[in-house]
Amino acid sequence: MKYAGLAVMPTGFVLTLAALLLFPGPATRAVFILCGIAVEVLGFGVAIRGHMLSRGDFRS
Amino acid sequence: MTTQIELSSGSAALATGMLLLAPLALAGVALINTGLGRSRSAAQAMLGSLAIVSAAILAFALVGAMFAAPAMEAGHSFHFFGKDWNWAGKGPWLFSGFPALPLRTQLGILFEFLAVALAALIPWGSGADRLRIAAGTSIAALLAAFPFPILAYWIWGGGWLGTLGSQFGLGVGFIDPGGAGSIHVLGGFAALAVIWITGSRRGKFPREGLSTAMPGHNAIYVLFGCVIALIGWMGFNLAGALLWLDANPERLAVVVINTLMAAAAAFAASFAVTRLRFGKPDASLCANGWLSGLVASSACAAAVTPLQSLFAGLVAGIATPLLVEVLELALSIDDPSGALTAHLASGLWGLLVAGVFSHHQGQLIAQLVGIATILGLVFPAVYLLLALLNRTVPFRVEPDGERIGMDLHELGGAAYPEFVVHRDDSYR
Repeated sequence: MKYAGLAVMPTGFVLTLAALLLFPGPATRAVFILCGIAVEVLGFGVAIRGHMLSRGDFRS
Repeated sequence: MTTQIELSSGSAALATGMLLLAPLALAGVALINTGLGRSRSAAQAMLGSLAIVSAAILAFALVGAMFAAPAMEAGHSFHFFGKDWNWAGKGPWLFSGFPALPLRTQLGILFEFLAVALAALIPWGSGADRLRIAAGTSIAALLAAFPFPILAYWIWGGGWLGTLGSQFGLGVGFIDPGGAGSIHVLGGFAALAVIWITGSRRGKFPREGLSTAMPGHNAIYVLFGCVIALIGWMGFNLAGALLWLDANPERLAVVVINTLMAAAAAFAASFAVTRLRFGKPDASLCANGWLSGLVASSACAAAVTPLQSLFAGLVAGIATPLLVEVLELALSIDDPSGALTAHLASGLWGLLVAGVFSHHQGQLIAQLVGIATILGLVFPAVYLLLALLNRTVPFRVEPDGERIGMDLHELGGAAYPEFVVHRDDSYR
């Protein structure tokens, strides 16, 4: 699950790059860049969740 | 962001002087890391800090400097969608021809030497009491060889993040003169990767109940480290403003004042929050608050007013103690040095503040693109690299080493040999 979250994060970065290249208008560019960051945060959240699910391995 | 304008002799002398102060930031962080760890790992923590600084400097000199190379010559780039994407520097190996380079480039490389050493120290504190010195130095060498130089080039060396302004009309491009992104956020993400890969300290999260409190062993080291770090931070912020933002001499006093304002406001906020929350101020959380303010100032001290810097520090200081609790109690993240709050979260906050308060059109978007790059591209890459490294150089010490302490296990002698070692209830 942690790796799934980490794999999603670059997708958000690609979205950010696409926003830079495809949307010259500041408003649409900003919205799509925020969407890219939201995808990254989502992936980060999944990775954190993955860590929490595996935390039992380290409990002692 | 980097321009080819040569520094005046006065600016070059000032930048050199400031860079000579910057190693105090390393000393401060090393003291804070050591003080927040346990007494039975203190000598290993301090020796490890020196080993890590050495490994980072050597790896950067042998490999990383080739990719970082601030504006030495046209770097590696490709053309895509009508834009130039400068993705890595193209410097000579082992600084051949270094004395003939412009003064700005020479000082830029010196800045990066110190920056990479500081970035490499950050995960060492998060892995305290369980991370082997061999692993710590390997992590430092890896960070200094690839992720740091590439990111530093993107931001400082004329790479694509620094040229967002000229190519996409986004302000003056991604700004990070003191290294909030390339030093602290990168180091913070490396710290998170180390924590996830290494796991928590034995007994930190018992099978039943909440997490066990494992307070730092020496508050004096921690708080003195904060004062030392302040001097080093002033050096980094001033040198960064001169080298990467071409700051005017009349702007330099404001950079120092902003650094002080951010640190002081963050400390006061953390002091008040811990006083309200626990009835008494907490020394380690207040120290983390101070550090959070300094880290936030790394991005914005050269770009905002003193009042805005005070706001940045205030928010960082309020968030720090609360975030430490959330990370430990809700997310089961064992971070002895508090690097994730002090370096990672505050670094991101500082980068955002530099965009929010900028008067340049599109600067906030440029800052967001930089943040998205570090979060979405650099962090997964660093995690993957460190996970692979863990397969060849295991990060975590053997259970017996953790039980007797890293000093005895790795060095054969304790930092405080005449002290009585108390029984550790977490091993019952």
